[in-house]
Amino acid sequence: MSERLSVLKTYKLFVGGKFPRSESGRVYEVTTAKGQWLANAPLASRKDARDAVVAARKAFGGWSGATAYNRGQILYRVAEMLEGRRDQFVAEVAEGEGLSKAKASAQVDAAIDRWVWYAGWSDKTAQIAGSANPVAGPYFNLSSPEPTGVVTLLAPQDSSFLGLVSVIAPAIVTGNTAVVVASEKSPLPALSLAEVLATSDLPGGVVNILSGRTAEIAAPLAAHQDVNAIDLAGADPELAVELEKASADNLKRVLRPQPVDWAADPGTGRLLAFLETKTVWHPMGV
Amino acid sequence: MPVFEYAPAPESRAVVDIAPSYGLFIDGEFGEAGDGKVFKTLSPSSEEVLSEVAQAGAEDVDRAVKAARKAFTAWSALPGSERAKYLFRIARIIQERSRELAVLESLDNGKPIRESRDTDLPLVAAHFFYYAGWADKLAYAVRGRSPLNGTSGTDPKPLGVAGQIIPWNFPLLMLAWKIAPALATGNTVVLKPAETTPLSALFFADICRQAGLPKGVVNIITGDGSTGAELVAHPGIDKVAFTGSTEVGKAIARTVAGTKKKVTLELGGKAANIVFDDAPLDQAVEGIIGGIFFNQGHVCCAGSRLLVQESVQEELLDALKRRMGTLRLGDPLDKNTDIGAINSAEQLARIRALADAGEAEGAERWAPACELPTSGYWFAPTLFTGVTQAHRIAREEIFGPVLSVLTFRTPEEAVAKANNTPYGLSAGIWTEKGSRILWMANKLRAGIVWSNTFNKFDPASPFGGYKESGYGREGGRHGLEAYLDV
Repeated sequence: MSERLSVLKTYKLFVGGKFPRSESGRVYEVTTAKGQWLANAPLASRKDARDAVVAARKAFGGWSGATAYNRGQILYRVAEMLEGRRDQFVAEVAEGEGLSKAKASAQVDAAIDRWVWYAGWSDKTAQIAGSANPVAGPYFNLSSPEPTGVVTLLAPQDSSFLGLVSVIAPAIVTGNTAVVVASEKSPLPALSLAEVLATSDLPGGVVNILSGRTAEIAAPLAAHQDVNAIDLAGADPELAVELEKASADNLKRVLRPQPVDWAADPGTGRLLAFLETKTVWHPMGV
Repeated sequence: MPVFEYAPAPESRAVVDIAPSYGLFIDGEFGEAGDGKVFKTLSPSSEEVLSEVAQAGAEDVDRAVKAARKAFTAWSALPGSERAKYLFRIARIIQERSRELAVLESLDNGKPIRESRDTDLPLVAAHFFYYAGWADKLAYAVRGRSPLNGTSGTDPKPLGVAGQIIPWNFPLLMLAWKIAPALATGNTVVLKPAETTPLSALFFADICRQAGLPKGVVNIITGDGSTGAELVAHPGIDKVAFTGSTEVGKAIARTVAGTKKKVTLELGGKAANIVFDDAPLDQAVEGIIGGIFFNQGHVCCAGSRLLVQESVQEELLDALKRRMGTLRLGDPLDKNTDIGAINSAEQLARIRALADAGEAEGAERWAPACELPTSGYWFAPTLFTGVTQAHRIAREEIFGPVLSVLTFRTPEEAVAKANNTPYGLSAGIWTEKGSRILWMANKLRAGIVWSNTFNKFDPASPFGGYKESGYGREGGRHGLEAYLDV
């Protein structure tokens, strides 16, 4: 009796809550760490990047306007769905990064735990980053953090799932919407994450995921006038400088790449990097 | 015709002694620029030359950065409580010398003495007092710190040498915004004041001397944009703090790309001042006047776009024009002056060009009958009605006493128009309805929202913009983070 032939998956992009193929019609080969073919991933184009920004902008009003409690609930729901797909992610991480099953499991567990940790931050950032300001006059004066807007996230190249989750969750839990460029070499966990996001109450467009050549997709995103911030985690040093320069054209907030131990406690750095502080004044009196 | 005329009430300029020339203040000493270059600073209200200052070149910038680097070791190692005492001393000396500094500022900048005396100087001293108090409490300043072992962790560290570049609209106040938090956190600084208003920074050098501040902790280098560019690009600085135009801010962002330099940018704005039909109109008129004509409109957060609800447009504009008719333009040193001189011939030309564009594009221009002095740089308070969102006067920062009036019908329309700008520094809301204030404040994409007030500043209150108005915040606890390694 012959072994059952498995059903292969056509991996697709995730834009505006939908799963389009790349507008370019292109794909590229994704292999295991040892070079064995795994799948064809979409090779996203500049047009896909622009579509993703449009979707992210469209989603921004609703997502940033949702209550922090609601955003926390939705993020926690994502963690629940991740737990259910744990084995799939372990397999994808193990194959893509060439890790043992045990090591890949540890990565996925850490990623799910991290997602839960960030979910809990939704209604706490305003309390640690905001302030009541005792000004020298009869005014009520309050500063509170607000999302920066549409954020481009270049996911780290070396940590295809834990690193990916570590850049997405802090950006969106605070109300930003995101255009994510997956790890170029190991994009499959990111494309599978899209399937989780799509089934977990997250409004379409809040997270958009592109796979392909990081440099090719990142260039139009860094130059895009409707992107407000960029996380350069997945850019090599040379590309990072180029993208930071392009980002100056509309004064995007730039998070420069730095060596990160993705397994370590992330602190609040990424959480607070994509926030603006709004200060509201009002006279006090009767 | 008013019943009573105002008699001249000039503040005496005898209280300030301006030397015919000033050098660069590096490592606690005044000295000439390496190549001996100088430029003149003049009083914009009379075009009288006030003094001659040194034009710092690359070699001078390097010397200043090295002096700051050398001083950093000891300064950052001082206990915070000792650094605090220096800042408290500076704050006190500023208070003692505030009359002298106010007169100097009005002479060099052209702003009315009423504003330099009552707004700038008290805030300058307040900033030093506020940040003095932080110097020994930095462990409490940083957000989200780990409470390991029940302690608040170790103190956050200063960055090193801060290169600071400030504009000409509030020369001394911007100096205070930059230097006070930098010193409180243990950094040393190289500060470049604006080309047209260098004098108060040089007087501040003398205050540092009086306070006994260690040599090299504060260095003041005068010069034009090329000096600033040298400073930003210098490999020896760890932090760039800039307040000025969005254009220069973008150039700085490009220069620091790929480096480890931390940056804060406070850039331009095109604030909407939104007046609803239920607003207290008399207060709103005062707020609009203060919002756009304060400091001749040379304010990045000026309320330069008036968005008025259509139903009260006529009533509001009548009251506004009446009030504009009572503004007194003239000698900055006269205590009754509301509107002083435009800071420079160059700025005057820019304001004129944009105002002319407003007329050419079809908006209606109005200014009260107003006699302009014959010497110096002057521009009458000006109002444009019939402005659309496409007009240049509604899109570009004018940085002068020019108000553009647009209208709206619904709160949603007001939000859409207010946010229709690449800037996002400030906004104003005038309405008696509390729930509407909160709703609007939430929707406006701006770093500062003044409701039923405008142009209020305080050292305890974070200030800074969204979008192309720049990154980072100055003031308050938030202002410390920009100078700390966190």
